[in-house]
Amino acid sequence: MATTTHDYRLSQLDALEAEGIHVIREAAAERERPALLFSGGKDSCVLLHLAVKAFWPAKVPFPVLHVDTGHNFPEVIEFRDRLVEQFGLRLEVGSVEQAIADGRVHERPGQGRNRLQTQVLLDSIQKGNFDALFGGARRDEEKARAKERVFSFRDEFSQWDPKGQRPELWNLYNTRVHPGEHMRVFPLSNWTELDIWDYVAREKIELPSIYFAHVRKVFERDGMLLADSDVIDRREEETVFEETVRYRTVGDMSCTGAVESSAASVEDVIAEVAVSRVTERGATRADDRTSEAAMEDRKREGYF
Amino acid sequence: MDLLRFATAGSVDDGKSTLIGRLLYDSKAIFEDQLDSVEQASQKRGDEYTDLALLTDGLRAEREQGITIDVAYRYFATPSRKFIIADTPGHVQYTRNMVTGASTANLGIVLVDARTGLSEQSRRHAFLLNLLRVPHLVLAINKMDLVDYDEDVYRKIREEFEVFATRLRLNDLTVIPLSALKGDNVVDRSDKMPWYTGSTLLGHLENVHVASDRNLIDVRFPVQYVVRPKAKEYHDYRGYAGTVVGGVMKVGDEALALPSGFTTQITAIDTYDGPVEEAFPDMAVVVRLADNIDISRGDMICRPHNQPRVTQDVDAMICWMSESGGLRAGGRYLLKHTTRTTRAIVKDLQYELNINTLHRDEHADSLGLNEIGRVTLRTQQPLFCDDYGRNRETGGFILIDEVTNQTVAAGMVGLDKN
Repeated sequence: MATTTHDYRLSQLDALEAEGIHVIREAAAERERPALLFSGGKDSCVLLHLAVKAFWPAKVPFPVLHVDTGHNFPEVIEFRDRLVEQFGLRLEVGSVEQAIADGRVHERPGQGRNRLQTQVLLDSIQKGNFDALFGGARRDEEKARAKERVFSFRDEFSQWDPKGQRPELWNLYNTRVHPGEHMRVFPLSNWTELDIWDYVAREKIELPSIYFAHVRKVFERDGMLLADSDVIDRREEETVFEETVRYRTVGDMSCTGAVESSAASVEDVIAEVAVSRVTERGATRADDRTSEAAMEDRKREGYF
Repeated sequence: MDLLRFATAGSVDDGKSTLIGRLLYDSKAIFEDQLDSVEQASQKRGDEYTDLALLTDGLRAEREQGITIDVAYRYFATPSRKFIIADTPGHVQYTRNMVTGASTANLGIVLVDARTGLSEQSRRHAFLLNLLRVPHLVLAINKMDLVDYDEDVYRKIREEFEVFATRLRLNDLTVIPLSALKGDNVVDRSDKMPWYTGSTLLGHLENVHVASDRNLIDVRFPVQYVVRPKAKEYHDYRGYAGTVVGGVMKVGDEALALPSGFTTQITAIDTYDGPVEEAFPDMAVVVRLADNIDISRGDMICRPHNQPRVTQDVDAMICWMSESGGLRAGGRYLLKHTTRTTRAIVKDLQYELNINTLHRDEHADSLGLNEIGRVTLRTQQPLFCDDYGRNRETGGFILIDEVTNQTVAAGMVGLDKN
């Protein structure tokens, strides 16, 4: 909570923080078994930070769930484990690797594991019997997300019905679900990418190192710089070169592009984001590029 | 930098999404890839010009039908303010979604087509924004380019609206002539309407004074969550977490807890970042009290000499939002008000309000989808409420169908005068 002004107005960052805390407390008060979906990305780091604030001086009263595709950046996994330690959290992992080994999902060559995440997420929800899942999604990320409620109802098939959303008025949230159904809860709905970075700077929130400039072996595909790793097959004509890059989003190594950047600190990144003319997903996510309504279709299937 | 939430409403073809597209585009809030995808989609459909509405109509069905079905939230910022836009559907079929978008807005924009003037829809939207007590209203007269930027057209519509507005409770009305398609008076001042000397739309949004819109007089703190750390260090800690929805709470103040009626003192206001001396609306804090009294979620902390009404009998305006079944006398629902959820029964449907004529039909025996009326409710537990006109947070409630869990109505306590 930053300084208060004499006319009792909150700065926009304080207003967003307060709204997020209110939403988290409401879900925790009304739902039996919430969990926080954590990817190690900057949005889920901010989300976790708000959860810690919401219950302080008590501990966060719900577990953290990570759907691990097995294609994560190693830096992100290390970071995750350290954070869990630091805040005394309970971590649950849904493993895509394991699901492939068990034959529950099937990998298609040339396709990332992003689509497989959905099934593993649904399995994890069922296993943990979770009835509310916090996610770090923001409405400014994508046009289907711009339409979604803060408390987004999912039926027993985890589907999102964009035409049948519950009205959501004032700050009164209808959190009720039947057994087998659940709520996706988005406390960061009204934050923009710049808000996230400003908040990370103000709160000194630690992020995985890949968000900042580092030298990496990359190659170019579809106008994106992809990390050279053993989770992606390079084509003949794709040559590897070294570049100083950073990531604007954290996803799988197989589909998340890096941007050329020398931004080594949060302040550098903010300066870059403030003048950027491309959204973070447009710049760096192959999985959203497939069709005009790709995100909407994936959300209907139960994706975040 | 502060935050302004505004809602846009308008008839189906008044160019609402185009206006938002224009605001975003001219204030440089649109990214290249978003514009590219809009341009591609426009070309695919064979549009003559890039359809900025595609920026906000994100759902497949919306793009197919060229209409807005649900609220889309968009964000942009200028050096002085951050804005959250709730772009709400104009279609009568989606009134409930418009009400959703307007419920948190500081300001509402009603768009009218300069060629056709006020429609039933624009009156309905103005009425709804007013019913929801959105403090500031802008009447945006769009498509001025199609009436040769004629001042008479603007004047006529303005006068007609002012006559209609006498039946509402508007505190603040601004009328702006513009062209969303051409960009006149949206972000940049138009050189085609020298007769208009007021603000551009963005100028007005940046400067409208919203600090006084909140109730800083009546202390209202609905208890949301009781914090009891199970740790040695905080062995005896007991704090009440919640969001301040009215007044200014200060450490050392006398406090009264409802429903128990016990009085005590505020000993601390805690946040993760350390204790604060005072807390005011929208702050999410943890309050500690001098005495160990029994307080749980759904209770409310206020001041001994400034209490909300404590009542099981509520008169309220209702906007019915359910497609399946209407509201009738005898209906039973769950009612959620602040942090308290209780059962409620409809004792009486006093009248249905025709939102186009404002006529009250006292013979109505039910309210259907998107209809508005006045009801008397009886609740199982008392509510701690104020008139909605005095405090939106302690005056607003929702009704939930206990079987389907659907939100079936929005309610506003009091508000008998439109």
